[in-house]
Amino acid sequence: MLFTSYEFILFLCIVIGLYYTIPKRFQWKLLLVASFVFYYFSGWSNLIYISVTIVSTYLVGVKLGNLDKQQKLYLKEHKESLTPEEKKAYKERIKVKRWRWLLLCLIFNLGILAVVKYTNFAIANINYIFTLFKMNELSFVNLILPMGISFYTFKTMGYIIDVCRGKYEPEKNIGKLALFVSFFPQLIQGPISRFDDLSKSLYEEHHFDAKNFAFGFQRVLWGYFKKLVIADRIVAAVLEITKNPETYDGIFVLVGMIYYAIQLYADFTGGIDITIGIAQMLGITVTENFNRPFFSKSITEYWRRWHITMGTWFRDYIFYPLSVCKPMLNISKSSRKRFGEEIGKRIPVYLSTITVWFTTGLWHGASWNFIVWGLLNGVVILVSQEFEPLYAKFHERFNVANTFGFKLFQVIRTFLLMSSLRILDCYRDVGVSFRMFGSMFTKLNINELFNGSLLKLGLDVSDYVVIIIGVIIMISVSLVQRSGSVREKIAGKPVIIRYAVFVLLFFSIIVFGAYGIGFDSNQFIYNQF
Amino acid sequence: MRKKKIISFVILILAVFTLGWLLQKLLMPKYMTKIVEGALISEYYDEKNKDHDVIFIGDCEVYENFSPITLWEKYGITSYIRGSAQQLIWHSYYILEDTLKYEKPDVVVFSVLSMMYDKPQKEAYNRMSIDGLPLSLTKIKMAKASMLPEEDLITYVFPLLRFHSRWNELSEEDFKYWFKKDKIAHNGYLMRVDVKPASSFPKPRKLADYRFGDICYDYLDKIVKLCKDNDIELVLLKAPSLYPHWYDEWDAQIVDYAKKNDLLYINMLDHLEQIGLDFSTDTYDAGLHLNLSGAEKCSVFLGKILKEKFNLADKRQDENLKAIWQEKIDAYYKMKEEQYKELEEYGYLLKFNLKRAEEDNRLQ
Amino acid sequence: METLLEILGELHPEIDFETHKSLIDDKILDSFDIVTIIAEVNDRYGVAIPAHEITPENFNSASALYELIQRLMDED
Repeated sequence: MLFTSYEFILFLCIVIGLYYTIPKRFQWKLLLVASFVFYYFSGWSNLIYISVTIVSTYLVGVKLGNLDKQQKLYLKEHKESLTPEEKKAYKERIKVKRWRWLLLCLIFNLGILAVVKYTNFAIANINYIFTLFKMNELSFVNLILPMGISFYTFKTMGYIIDVCRGKYEPEKNIGKLALFVSFFPQLIQGPISRFDDLSKSLYEEHHFDAKNFAFGFQRVLWGYFKKLVIADRIVAAVLEITKNPETYDGIFVLVGMIYYAIQLYADFTGGIDITIGIAQMLGITVTENFNRPFFSKSITEYWRRWHITMGTWFRDYIFYPLSVCKPMLNISKSSRKRFGEEIGKRIPVYLSTITVWFTTGLWHGASWNFIVWGLLNGVVILVSQEFEPLYAKFHERFNVANTFGFKLFQVIRTFLLMSSLRILDCYRDVGVSFRMFGSMFTKLNINELFNGSLLKLGLDVSDYVVIIIGVIIMISVSLVQRSGSVREKIAGKPVIIRYAVFVLLFFSIIVFGAYGIGFDSNQFIYNQF
Repeated sequence: MRKKKIISFVILILAVFTLGWLLQKLLMPKYMTKIVEGALISEYYDEKNKDHDVIFIGDCEVYENFSPITLWEKYGITSYIRGSAQQLIWHSYYILEDTLKYEKPDVVVFSVLSMMYDKPQKEAYNRMSIDGLPLSLTKIKMAKASMLPEEDLITYVFPLLRFHSRWNELSEEDFKYWFKKDKIAHNGYLMRVDVKPASSFPKPRKLADYRFGDICYDYLDKIVKLCKDNDIELVLLKAPSLYPHWYDEWDAQIVDYAKKNDLLYINMLDHLEQIGLDFSTDTYDAGLHLNLSGAEKCSVFLGKILKEKFNLADKRQDENLKAIWQEKIDAYYKMKEEQYKELEEYGYLLKFNLKRAEEDNRLQ
Repeated sequence: METLLEILGELHPEIDFETHKSLIDDKILDSFDIVTIIAEVNDRYGVAIPAHEITPENFNSASALYELIQRLMDED
């Protein structure tokens, strides 16, 4: 069930209707059932995958909790009789056990993800090597990628690591854990919520709150506006350009880049708006995933503001553990001795950064495009880190850092930089991506934009009008947002204005949304019987 | 405070529905020019006197080939054609079901050509057959039975969801007919007076399987039952069009079915001479559809059979009906005259040749 | 404490670490800084700050960080 299907809207109406009519203590159970029904629609075999992950995570979580209890009990009982050394040794033993269970759980669930998502990618690479040695190629396996598996697997991994670290107690009710993992608004594209962040409001009893409900609904509408009116309309041109690199090179690569940035932003943030809005209608608070990312002045800032829950996930569960683990600290120590302070200091950061971005790339998709994309992100971040002193000097000399013009320059620079990297997201392989990027400089001919070819990309003048107005609205909303919630601001206006905004938004989606069978008068051409 | 809130909320809901209704009205195709047959189905519901002796159901083989005016003038039979473009048999069934909510005719004439289709053909024809019905359970069932895989039921409840993307092709026509449409047919008959003589058709292809689809038989059974339950005489009819080819194997099946169910089946292709049809003058598109002259001849022929077979009373002396039908007759002859005038002036009918008309306009 | 302030001062000479209490919330320390700090602390104090201790509370101020280091030293 896609968010943009009629089935989903019907499903949602039923769930929300029931949610506020059944006894409050059943609310979370209803959501659990609804989530499984929602997931069932993407194929019943998917239910097996997610159930296996839920059960294994649950069991290991409980096991970890028991080990913790066991330790506390043992230490309390033998408080007097044990020497500090013995205590330490006991703790260490339990710790090892905990780590083993954690590792088992991580390997198991990551293994499922790896097998379904990366088997064919691995086979393709092995085959490439095989052909070099003239060996027989392996055949590809036919595995269906369960919907949202990357997202829910990461949720469970975060949960189990936190439990192992003793951040919070494991969830004792498997149903509640199952709801955390499968909560339907988040299932397809996140945000990757943390258990301690989401669980409380997820299991609480919620009374109908008109304001909260209205705000949630408005956010859902805003999400649909971005997705249906802008993203789903401009996508035609993005596909036309990127699927035909032979026809569209030079300036069109730039056009494609910008269109794709608009599409991706409208689609992804729109989807998240729908997710968070639905949750809000249910009285549940879901973490924000975006913070006006295209206003970022640097790439590190961008990654703090774009797909936030993924960024922090990688930071907390890969970057930090990797860069402060003992072997890494030892590497740091020894490399400082060997290469000197300046270089030695950088080694842990460099190693962890590259690892994180390699995995981030891989997580986005099983192809070299994403891996190269991830690595390039890492490289750009490290390079800009190295340039920092240079920037500082520049700002010392020229006092422009706080001028509007310079900030705008930084925002545009960051936007273009991130858009360039995203080229890898669009073209069929790494080679084509680089060639297209190069053609922007070698075959640049701005005149091509004015010979009518922009209208041959699957968008006509009226489409452009809608997209341009839509983008202007998006930017305006973001600008207004800087000084606080737009919905709060609208709520402060007289009722007539509030309703007008709502009605306008609603009907712009209905009328200008790119959905349904396009009315094509051509198919009416006389040929009746 | 609370009361105020509720009132303003109710107003909001009303505003949404009103606006939605207005937009829907505006954005739905009007079918007033070019593809006027799209307007046929809804026109019936504006008819003030919904009481007819005969109801026709079927595709263009009924609404192009028979003229209720002639049936009235000649025999005093009141009739209405509930035809639509490529009306498939399940369309016909539900349209009949809907019609029976308004009236109980003595005779229903069903054009059997649609037996050849056991699958929905084109979304556009679904829309033309279904959208004209007022919203009811019948309409929902009809849509469900007719939809292509890419269609959604909800778009038949709220056609705005289907036609919303027409906002960028709205024309003067859409505003002009926003709330009120012209009458385009004469009790469901779509008049055309132009002539295009029939030339030769390609030899009919051999078919792999001549048996009509099971689903068609199911619906035919349902039509038979619906008529029986309502005490209506059902007539199966094959109109005299040269194309699509009416295979003997098909004919045999209908003959067989009619015999089994004790129905009258008239294959007018067998009576071309008796009807007096001349395909060099009586068709406007070389034999696919008849023009006015052809339709009138067919009506004379069919009316005689219906009258004799089912003892339909001559109602021409009924004062009330007389007045109603006089109005219809006037409109009929007025349109006829206008069409001839147009034909004389331009050589073709503007309404049906919009493209050509535009081109000619540019050239001048 | 002196050593810690020295480490921090090297990273951001412009900040007064003795008084600043929201180093993370104000986005003064980024993840690179934190990793560098942990490596330095490990080098000079001989204490390894584990990943799960990297929380805003522990890194928001120099004093909080110092407390963390003390605690970890005691545990050893």
